[in-house]
Amino acid sequence: MSEEVIYETADEAGSYDTTQGKVFTVSGGDWDQVRGDEGVEQRVVVNMGPQHPSTHGVLRLILELDGETVTEARSGIGYLHTGIEKNMEFRTWTQGVTYVTRMDYLAPLFNETAYCLAVEKLLGITEQIPDRATTIRVMLMELNRISSHLVCLATGGMELGALTAMTFGFREREYVLDVMETITGLRMNHAYVRPGGVAQDLPDGAEKFVADTVATLRKRLPDTANLLVDNSIWTARTEGVGYLDLTGCIALGMTGPVLRSTGYPWDLRKMAPYCGYETYEFDVITNTSCDAYGRFLIRLGEMNQSLNIVEQCLDRLRPGPVMVEDKKIAWPAQLSIGSDGQGNSLEHIRHIMGQSMEALIHHFKLVTEGFRVPAGQAYVAIEAPRGELGVHVVSDGGTRPYRVHFRDPSFNNLQAVPAMSEGGQVADVVAAVASIDPVMGGVDR
Amino acid sequence: MSENPEVVPAGTETLEVLSTGRGAFGIDGTPDVSGYGGLVRRTIATPAATRPYGGWYDEALDTLAEELGDHFGPAVQKVVIAHDQLTLEVAREHLLEVMRTLRDHPGLRFEMCMGASGVHWPQDLNRELHVHYPMLSMTHNRRLSVETTCPDADPHLPSIVGIYPGNNWHERETFDFFGIVFDGHPGLTRIEMPDDWAGHPQRKDYPLGGIPVEYKGATVPPPDNRREYK
Repeated sequence: MSEEVIYETADEAGSYDTTQGKVFTVSGGDWDQVRGDEGVEQRVVVNMGPQHPSTHGVLRLILELDGETVTEARSGIGYLHTGIEKNMEFRTWTQGVTYVTRMDYLAPLFNETAYCLAVEKLLGITEQIPDRATTIRVMLMELNRISSHLVCLATGGMELGALTAMTFGFREREYVLDVMETITGLRMNHAYVRPGGVAQDLPDGAEKFVADTVATLRKRLPDTANLLVDNSIWTARTEGVGYLDLTGCIALGMTGPVLRSTGYPWDLRKMAPYCGYETYEFDVITNTSCDAYGRFLIRLGEMNQSLNIVEQCLDRLRPGPVMVEDKKIAWPAQLSIGSDGQGNSLEHIRHIMGQSMEALIHHFKLVTEGFRVPAGQAYVAIEAPRGELGVHVVSDGGTRPYRVHFRDPSFNNLQAVPAMSEGGQVADVVAAVASIDPVMGGVDR
Repeated sequence: MSENPEVVPAGTETLEVLSTGRGAFGIDGTPDVSGYGGLVRRTIATPAATRPYGGWYDEALDTLAEELGDHFGPAVQKVVIAHDQLTLEVAREHLLEVMRTLRDHPGLRFEMCMGASGVHWPQDLNRELHVHYPMLSMTHNRRLSVETTCPDADPHLPSIVGIYPGNNWHERETFDFFGIVFDGHPGLTRIEMPDDWAGHPQRKDYPLGGIPVEYKGATVPPPDNRREYK
């Protein structure tokens, strides 16, 4: 290595020697200043992200390029790590819901339900969850699946230059979020599903609102399909791109739409039903293309199946409790909407403050101390929009989780980026990542 | 506080104690006037299951025993069935052998390992670090878990990435958060925390951190310094 200083201009980014040769850092606009000696092999490594509009959030892709061809791809994650799992060890079991809902922020109701199913399993109250609570959970999960897939199609479309797909996707998602807001009070970060049931019964008129929204979505969802399914630009960008066959999927632990795009109808709602999914009629959508286009079609189909399930939920909603009867577990306060848009139920406050000493004790114990969960561990898996969402919950018998670990599907599936994109072009990396649909909040937790 | 002799119920001397807590309100170092200072609470590991295990468990374990031969005894140290879930506690020396058999044998065929989840039990002496591997057999539509342990003093486990390539990131995450070194991993680096981070945050001896928050004259300590129910 020569000692000479190559650059003298002020804006150059510099260079340094390594064991593998001289490394030039180029930051744009100064490419022509880098002149390797003739005959010296050059490798170009491009950092895509973590702040880049086509990387689906704060994902960092480290691409080694030969011209436009990607010879090596690696992903760097951790930019959205917030220590949720650690924080949960210092809060009660019920407060944990408030944390898990923030993991995969596009599928919050899946996180909440999976966590609650695991806690309920340790408590041994799985069978006691009221039917109405379970039906509400299923209905909200399927609505959430639609909103999550819509974001996938919207952002995926935007990343490939289909901007109308983005406006359509976010427009339709807004309808679903309006339903969420009506029922849970929030558009995301709901903390609505609680161990033992749900936080609150459906408000007046919610069922009609859901039915109207389903009707609207039935009319609007085909818009995105009409825009893209036979669109020659869209197919040129996605067909044969991000290829991963069944062997690759099994080796890498892939689940969800990526696995189903190989033609394997693996869906936990059918294979290992939870929340009574075995009683709903719906199809598992598959495709045999193994590529990004197939995954796009699968998501379109799954949204329609979810609408079917939501309609069946509406049919079977019967009046009843939405929380287990056991007063030592059931969260006491039903929220009611006050003049400020939130607040406690005045009826409940009247009850504990004026009528029942025992109710006051239960309320105080539950809210300050929480309930105890018998020591043990459980692993519960549900079918989230992106694949198997597994929750490993460990209790030491105390009022707080000893350990909670989320096996987020995005975290696992991102490992397929090299297999899907090496050998393709830089633009195909974007399509491949979009077809995995990673949500970095879930990846990094 | 004087150490009272502990009263242990008959027949429980052989139980594996994962942790022991004292008192009810998390008061350490100061005289506990709550009246609950003598309370001792133990976390007992779920006891081993006995045959017949029921369902497909017996057949699967017979198959595993047949395949492993003499190694089955030292390899599978404990079989636990809790909440309808089968967990095999496997000695780390035999982890690879057990995993490969679980994956390859036609009667078992656990094609997927759904990750690795570490748990730190500082009082479970010489096996402080536990790792829980949830396994899925798509062929038979079955699930079981494999659990293995290693001591804090020698935090090494064999990497199963050669058998389940999808466990690559999961093992990196467990290394990052617990400091467990997976021998044979193709690139065991931190994944969530910055590369130059010191310590492993999910260990129980790693503080949560945070600062006291003052509000209207009162000070709220950070969550891990507050009094806690035990």
